Amino acid sequence: MQDQNYDAIILGGGPAGLTAGIYLSRAKLKTLILDQGIIGGQMVLSYEIANYPGVEKTTGFQLSNTMKKQAISFGCQIQSNVKITSIDFESETKKIEVNGNTTFHSKAIIIATGGKSRSLNIDGEDTFKGKGISYCATCDGDFFQDKKIIVVGGGNTALEEAVSLTKYAKKVSIVHQFDNFQALEHAVEEAEKNEKIEFVLESRITEFKGDDSLKSVMIENINTKEVREKSIDGVFIFIGYEANTNFLNNKCIKLNQWNEIEVNKNLQTNIEGVFAAGDACQKRYRQITTAVSDGTISALNTAEYILSKKGKLAESV
Amino acid sequence: MLQTNLKHVESRNDFKNLIENNENVMICCGRMGPMCLPVYDVMEQLEQGEDYKHVSFRDMEFDSHDAAVIRELPETKGFMSLPFTVYFKNGKLVRATSSIQSSEQVTSILDEAFKK
Repeated sequence: MQDQNYDAIILGGGPAGLTAGIYLSRAKLKTLILDQGIIGGQMVLSYEIANYPGVEKTTGFQLSNTMKKQAISFGCQIQSNVKITSIDFESETKKIEVNGNTTFHSKAIIIATGGKSRSLNIDGEDTFKGKGISYCATCDGDFFQDKKIIVVGGGNTALEEAVSLTKYAKKVSIVHQFDNFQALEHAVEEAEKNEKIEFVLESRITEFKGDDSLKSVMIENINTKEVREKSIDGVFIFIGYEANTNFLNNKCIKLNQWNEIEVNKNLQTNIEGVFAAGDACQKRYRQITTAVSDGTISALNTAEYILSKKGKLAESV
Repeated sequence: MLQTNLKHVESRNDFKNLIENNENVMICCGRMGPMCLPVYDVMEQLEQGEDYKHVSFRDMEFDSHDAAVIRELPETKGFMSLPFTVYFKNGKLVRATSSIQSSEQVTSILDEAFKK
């Protein structure tokens, strides 16, 4: 087992984590970012970003690469695709074990593990993922030329992607569990005036069926409980995101009912020396810009916390 | 051309030589898109590490004419998400996956298909 010491460890390398990495490294604090996936987080999943101030238009991949380079240029160390095998946040010196062979110690932690696409968690979803079930219209839309598809969801993403998928598909059915949409009015209007789109409201998919690929779905009307089979070539699922905090279960970090991390105005959690930032936290708006803001605030408070600890140590010597 | 740090398969001949002359081969056939980038990233890291030196990691541009060698494999019939990732052992296809894969999913296939 290898041991390594840092001032601060940031869990998660999305925009919140990378921003915190930039600030802490620039403050000459020895900082490590650990991510269980690719650096950039959900930002990498955006084909086009047009509302990040100071950058007219870019891709999520480019923006995340720039942030990563910026963090590294200030001395921040970054490890992606690691597996966190053990965590100790409660001791004064925090410990994170990765891949079962290395333990990182630090004075403070920032949890910036972001969110992940919510799945339906119903029979057949795993089996037909990539074989008819998709979570990215821009990536997979052209596989569905002249096909019949379903879009699941009622938010902005679902309605906008449904419209964009009509470029390829001959028919798009939007299946949504409520009788109204959460999407903004203009997105609903765009979908409503598109002749290729039909609405299947107050309904939900209960099962995916097929052989080599998806062939049909079972759809239940939520009011009548009537279930019918609908022949279909593809299903795109856009039902929002959930906080990526499963690894915190039973780790004493206080979560709300949606498993989002509860923080105070300084983005400090209920555990001393443990801060949180970005989409993993309880918050209303989840944007790259708000994640960057969180990353900044959490880093500045973390730096203050670490320096106060160092000061106390110097006084006691 | 894919902007990754992996070696690229650029033609049918490249592909043929690769699978004929290497015992264990993993090829990710995709675009520079959101579901493909994480798989390239995992492959780049595995290639740099010590545990999978016995595996040849490559990528291939999905829209290139010669990528038909992967797009039209019987095993990728029914695939409707990028990337198509294929694993060859001694020239024979042993696994194929469609869509994004995590590091754990990739290493689990490598460990099973390309046992040392």
